[in-house]
Amino acid sequence: MKTQSFKLVALAAASIVLATGAAARDLAVVSWGGAYQDAQREVYFKPFMATGVKMVEESWDGGVGTLRTKIKGGNNNWDVVQVESDELLIGCEEGLYEKLDWAKLGGKDKYLADAVNDCGVGAIVYSFVLAYDGDKIKGDTPKNWADFFNLQKWPGKRALRKGPKTTLEIALLADGVAPKDVYKTLGTDAGVERAFKKLDQIKGSVVWWEKGAQPPQLLASGEVVMTDAYNGRIATANDKDKKNFKIAWTNNLYTIDSWVIMKGTPNKADAEKYLVFVNDPQNQKNLPSKITYGVTAKAATALIDPKVLPELATAPQNIAAALYINDKFWLENLDKLNQRFNAWVAK
Amino acid sequence: MALPSAATAPGADPAAALRRALARSGRREQLRAAALVLPLFLFLLATFIVPIGWMLGLAIFDREVGTIMPRVTAELARWDGRELPPDPAYAALIEDVRAAREAGTLASAATRLNYDVAGFRSLLFATGRRIDGELTGSPREILGAIDPKWNDRETWAVIRRAAGPVTDFYLLAALDLRRDASDAITAAMPEQSVFRNVLGRTLWISGVVTLVCLLLGYPVAYFIARQPPGRAAVLLFLVLLPFWTSLLVRTVAWVVLLQREGILNNLFLSLGLVAEPVRMIFNRFAVYVAMVHVLLPFMVLPLYAVMKGISPTYLRAASSLGAAPLTAFRRVYMPQTLPGVGAGCLMVFIQALGYYITPALVGGADDQMISYFIAFYASKTVNWGMAAALSIMLLAATLALYAVYDRMVGIDKMRLG
Repeated sequence: MKTQSFKLVALAAASIVLATGAAARDLAVVSWGGAYQDAQREVYFKPFMATGVKMVEESWDGGVGTLRTKIKGGNNNWDVVQVESDELLIGCEEGLYEKLDWAKLGGKDKYLADAVNDCGVGAIVYSFVLAYDGDKIKGDTPKNWADFFNLQKWPGKRALRKGPKTTLEIALLADGVAPKDVYKTLGTDAGVERAFKKLDQIKGSVVWWEKGAQPPQLLASGEVVMTDAYNGRIATANDKDKKNFKIAWTNNLYTIDSWVIMKGTPNKADAEKYLVFVNDPQNQKNLPSKITYGVTAKAATALIDPKVLPELATAPQNIAAALYINDKFWLENLDKLNQRFNAWVAK
Repeated sequence: MALPSAATAPGADPAAALRRALARSGRREQLRAAALVLPLFLFLLATFIVPIGWMLGLAIFDREVGTIMPRVTAELARWDGRELPPDPAYAALIEDVRAAREAGTLASAATRLNYDVAGFRSLLFATGRRIDGELTGSPREILGAIDPKWNDRETWAVIRRAAGPVTDFYLLAALDLRRDASDAITAAMPEQSVFRNVLGRTLWISGVVTLVCLLLGYPVAYFIARQPPGRAAVLLFLVLLPFWTSLLVRTVAWVVLLQREGILNNLFLSLGLVAEPVRMIFNRFAVYVAMVHVLLPFMVLPLYAVMKGISPTYLRAASSLGAAPLTAFRRVYMPQTLPGVGAGCLMVFIQALGYYITPALVGGADDQMISYFIAFYASKTVNWGMAAALSIMLLAATLALYAVYDRMVGIDKMRLG
């Protein structure tokens, strides 16, 4: 009797799952949650729903494994997902995303070159920048990564993100390598050698951070005089904690989070409508006022509040000499360079 | 439960029969005892031994590439490794890559192979994209045209090394060793060697912490042991107090105390003891301080328990026989406390070996112990094989230490109270 009723319940549950799976569902848009998704809700989600498309929002913590499970498990319930650059690369390679129809999105020329990918369109742009406390360093301030390595002029500790990614690029930039040559140089043994040699100069003065919240704390406590940091974290510290942190934008390292459409979605038409909507410069221009991220449509830059623009990675003067973090390079080389970095740090 | 016929046979030795009966009832006793511990044993088996065994097994079992690319690994098993592999291996690779791409499993094979040689990932994916293109010719020509790396013996050797089902790749890597193209074990490149250094550092930090704990804990335990019971209870309570605070809170408290603009530095500056803030955090000093603080109770408690059991009459007897106080302490009292010293040191040392959070929070980059790297591989790069291999190293070091202690002092002499 018990098993009988259990079977009935299971059958009923299964049929409900099947029924809802088969029925058309609302467009599901997935982003990073928190303050960022709050901003997106105001700027994108609500106005988009007002155009008559039904959508639901969800949030996730990243990890290409999550998307892999959804696609391979066969009951994917997400349509549009915001992914980081390495998830874009790996997922596209593995065929987890639909290929985008760029004609529908207004052509590739409408966007920053690095925001264009077969499988994804850039959503936000943010940077690793050199940051320091404007209340502590006055007068002669550090301007670039070479200054970051200048212990004579600005004595004291520096903080860097622990790990080879971004750190080796910074070392080469400080050593005078032009942004366009950084990955070419880093692809050679001599280039890796050169980066570590440069890092040797400040090795004894480096405090390594691992979480994005740490650099502002290290600056605030006076533990370090300079740090690399996400530009958004520095802006937030100035905004919320009334700090006077300054950013040297020269040769900042930027990366882009992208929107992708999940493979085989039944809502592809709505998903494309959504992408067209969020890539409209008139809509994009409102995001930076809510949260300090740059947006990807070229025409949006001119429309952004001029008070906010200088704080964005996409401001013309900020992006001019910037370096786009090459995820393809890191996907290949992270294992070996991690090992090398750990060995170097432990020496 | 048939009785052995010899026991009842006439003319048998009654003493032998009695012995057998005794043995039988002894066995029954043992069975009953075994039945009583069985639930606990099964619990440990299911929640501790099996998962840990499985986890450690990840360092040795290596089935990914063999499962995802069965044809080429079978072909390469027949290859002598001296020249380039024969044609069937090339054809098998093309088939395997095509099948893996369709099944969506190419990524996990590529990840595993990329551990060994950087660039293998894109080699496999580029191959996967292009094998069905316009290229024509024999499999060997097609692969050679896609990437000249397929004309390199080492490329194929990497696949063969990863074919499984078992591998020593991770264990060798954990010892800073590797296999070269001709399968001989050689030392890893100096700039890639990390783990021997890390293991040495782990042992060193644990040793220093144990020693400092002993030097600090011994007088405390001695003092408490000589107090009247009421006061001793209060003092023991104070020793135990930190136990009831989370490890994380205690560690972060040290950050607040030691940082550049922290409480201690402000105090020193205002007293004029130093002109510049002293650097006390994100270095080895902070690791020692925080770890000693956390582990000290584990030293004090066994010492106290042993000292409590030593009768004061021994010392009095030594004095009455003419020993100076220091001699009496050194020759009569201290030897009796050695079982406590052994227990305290072993407990502190073994716990210190596995420390992770404290060095991660208050230490610098070159103060991280082996657990940090286990966590690094398990959760950051998701390289479980490497995490498991390092865990084996940690476990082996602990067991070796235990064995040495047992050999030198005797584990039965250890007393926790």
